[in-house]
This record gives sequence, structure tokens and C-alpha cells, in this order.
Amino acid sequence: MTATDTHRAIDAVWRIESARIIAGLTRIVRDVGLAEELAQDALVAALEQWPKSGIPDKPGAWLMTTAKHRAIDNFRRHKLLERKHEELGRELKTQQETAVANFEIAQDDDIGDDLLRLVFISCHPVLSTEARVTLTLRLLGGLTTDEIARAFLASEPTVAQRIVRAKRTLSEARVPFEVPRGPDLAARLSSVLEVIYLVFNEGYSATSGDDWMRPALCEDALRLGRILAGLAPNEPEVHGLVALMEIQASRARSRTGPSGDPILLLDQDRARWDQLLIHRGLAALERAEQLGGASGAYALQAAIAACHARARTAAETDWRQIASLYNALADLTPSPIVELNRAVAYAMAFGPASGLEMIDLLASEPSLKSYHLLPSVRGDFLFKLGRFAEAEAEFERGASLTRNARERQLLLDRARACAGGLSEPGPR
Amino acid sequence: MRFMMIVKSSESSGRPPKELMDAIDKLGQEANKAGTMVASGGLAPTAVSTRIRLSRGQLTKIDGPFTEAKEVIGGYAIFDLKSKEEAIEGAQRFMELHKKHWPGWEGETEIRQIFGPEEFAPKA
Repeated sequence: MTATDTHRAIDAVWRIESARIIAGLTRIVRDVGLAEELAQDALVAALEQWPKSGIPDKPGAWLMTTAKHRAIDNFRRHKLLERKHEELGRELKTQQETAVANFEIAQDDDIGDDLLRLVFISCHPVLSTEARVTLTLRLLGGLTTDEIARAFLASEPTVAQRIVRAKRTLSEARVPFEVPRGPDLAARLSSVLEVIYLVFNEGYSATSGDDWMRPALCEDALRLGRILAGLAPNEPEVHGLVALMEIQASRARSRTGPSGDPILLLDQDRARWDQLLIHRGLAALERAEQLGGASGAYALQAAIAACHARARTAAETDWRQIASLYNALADLTPSPIVELNRAVAYAMAFGPASGLEMIDLLASEPSLKSYHLLPSVRGDFLFKLGRFAEAEAEFERGASLTRNARERQLLLDRARACAGGLSEPGPR
Repeated sequence: MRFMMIVKSSESSGRPPKELMDAIDKLGQEANKAGTMVASGGLAPTAVSTRIRLSRGQLTKIDGPFTEAKEVIGGYAIFDLKSKEEAIEGAQRFMELHKKHWPGWEGETEIRQIFGPEEFAPKA
């Protein structure tokens, strides 16, 4: 094995083991920042020693043991420094003893609990959303600072700073390493799900050809979601989110044409949808429903995605079902975007006139004022109703609002088709 | 990146020891929890398999057992992973279990990447 091979193998071991190691160490030292530093020290030791000694049989255990020794050294060092403060010294001795005992426990099956605690601490509300996302990718996804920086188009020092600050915040706030209970749990869990879905969307919205690091974010989010589903198997919304991500990810390869142009859902080649992911998504949705979570926000969105996934052709889509799911979603999480989507579903299910009626209620919505999809969708309804002159004006307005050149072209094409009173241009 | 792990061995190896099956089961559960294994399965013996072969413009149906194959595919698993190295690490762990629980057994795990959207992406 060459040195490069060994380094790659170490990267892989790190990816597999780092979250568990950091989680186990946090249980011992009760400080996520210190735990991560200790784990990093162990990684550095591996990078120094393994190229010479070869990769140990149990690389994860090796890293953990090395980090544990560093932890104990750390306690001792502190003890020396603080020798005069005898009380503290005694406390440290107890801590050190507990550390060893804790480590033995951490070796056992409840490593899963430690991981779950690590998830909750990384997504703690004392942190900004940005910090939560960064820390989650770093501590649970095993991503390097450089990888996170590339994924979010930020500089490496910025991300490194963000991590340092987040760890300091957690330490200063003395955030306990625990799984929240009772009424706290729901709010804290929803923060975790939000972070994971944010990571997913950051990847899902970037599909340009030279930017493949960002779809990797979809994979990271999916992996985090699946891990969370394993750690908290009785939480329906976790399965709802996993279902939503699995089904959305199933369309990844059909969302862009050969030259990178976006292809809308109804125009996609369904043969290219990833059936394995759809199957997993539908199973996760079923699990969410069995747990009584059919009306959760993620489960509802997943159920909408599932309606599309189940339809073999766009024409077979069950729009009535989608419209009723959007009704439920609008009740649960009302927003202009949900309303816009609900209008589209109504237009498809009950005809363009009913969609137009709903969308006209959104005309004065300030948050949609410069949102190009509002006039685009309205234009589509008007076009289908044969009101070509009004449709043309809407398409032109939509074209002037979008910042995406390809989308602008599409809308101008549609406006031109209205001018001639011609039929709609076919799918691109 | 998606990988298929294909496990090959001689069909005359006999039944795997229970300890191995338990250990594989545990590894599979871990991989499921880690969100990496997306599908897996064991294959029925080639004695009950059938091949449809195209040769010189002719389709022929051939029922097993097949005599020529020394090692045949006995099972597979599909993983979503970050790198091939991660796949290699996983396959090594899987094979270590065989080494530990089934002395004398010979076989191999082949790691094949399944092409995904990135392989069809327009190259920048």
C-alpha cells in the first residue's frame, strides 16, 4: 500500500468512525469542542503512524483508544496546572476516573445514544442556523473544513472561524450533552430536521455541471437523515423527512438536460428516476404514517412527492390527492409558497379557473412581489383559459423578474406563443 | 457514489456457520443505521437459476446447475458512499467476519461502482 493509498484509507476510516468517536469522547470530557480536538489529534497520530505501521485491524478502536489517552493526558495536564487549587484537583481526579469508566461504557451498544446527543448538541438553538449546519456537517457528516467551505461557496478560514465560534458558544452556554425530553423534544427535534433539510436543499438547488460538490450535499443530508431514523426510530417526522429526501433525490438525474438546462417535474423522463430511492422513500413514508405522523409537515410534503413518484406518466398523476394534501399543508404551515403550489394543484385537479381564483388572492402578497413564478403560473392558467393577451403580459412580467437566463428564455417563448394565439410550445 | 458489492465463492462451501450469519446481520444493521446500505440480498443456488444466452444471433435458454463456474455470485449489497476507499473499508470488514467465523472458506467481494448522475453530467 502506498502512502497515498494509506491516506485515502484513513480518510475513509475517518468518514465512517469520526462521529462515533467524537460522540463517545464528548460523553467522557463533556465538551464537544475538546472532544473534536482530541479526535483530530488521534487522526493526526494515525496519519503519522499508519503509513509506517500499516492500518490496524480495528482502526476505529485504535482512534478511540488514542483519543482516550489524549483525554486522560489532558486531564492530568490540567491537574498539574491547577495543583494549588486542591478542591479542583480532587474534582479532576474524579473526572479522570469517571472518564475511564465512561469510556468503558461508551464502548458498549449505547454509542447510539451518544450519537443522538451529538446530533442534538450540534443543532442546539443557542447556535445560529449557519453554525448548526456547519457543525452538523463537521461533527456528524465527517466533512473537512475545506469540503464545507466548497459546498457553501465560503472561504476555508470563514468556515473554520464559524466552527471555533460555535464550539465556544456551546462551551460557554454549558449546553448539556443529552437528549431533550418532554415538551423540549419536539422543538429540538424540529431544529435538527430543519438543519438536515437545509443541507439537502443547498445541494438540491445546485445542479450546474461544474458544481458537483453540492449534489454531494444531498447525499450527506440523506445519510444524516437515515442515521437519525436509525437513532430515533419512533419519531414519525424523522421518517417523513427521510421519505421526502429519498423521493426528491430519486429525480436528481432527470432534473437537468444534456446541456445543464433545468427540466420541470412534469417533463422529466420518469424512466430515469431512481427506483431504489423511490422504494426507500415510500417505505419511509409508510413508517411515518404507521407511527401516526401522516399529518406532519415533512410527511405531507413526502406524500405529495410520493403522488408524483407513483404516477408512471405525468398524466396519471393523482392531482386531487395532491390538492387535498396541499390543503392539509396550508392549514399546518401556511405560507404564500404553499398557497401558490396549492393553486397549481387545484388547477390541475379541477381546471385552470379554480387555480386562477386562488392565485388572485396572492396578488397583493408582498413576499411574492418580485417572485417570477407568480406571474409565470398565472400566465399558464390564463393561457389554458384562452385569455392569450393577459397571459402574454404575465409571461413577460415573469421573464423580467427571473434571474435565470434559461428560465427567461422559456417564458419569453411562451409569451411569443400567446401573441400568435398559437398552441403552447412543447416540452424542451 | 453508489457501489455494488458482489460476493463470490464456491457453491460447494456448504452452509455458513451461525456465528457468521449473526455477525453479518449485525454489520448489516450497523450499515443500515449509518445510512450507507440501501439494499442487499442473498441469491438462490445456481442449480435453480436460468440463463438466456444470445450467441451467433440465437437465443438459448440454459437451466442450472452450471458445471464450469468455480466461484459464483452468492449475494450482493448496494451502498451509497463518499468514496471507493470507504467501499473498500466496508468490504474488508465484511471479509474479516468470514475469516474469523468460517475458517477455511475462500471467496471474494468485488466492489463495483454503479454509475450515477455525476457520470452523466456535462463536463465543465
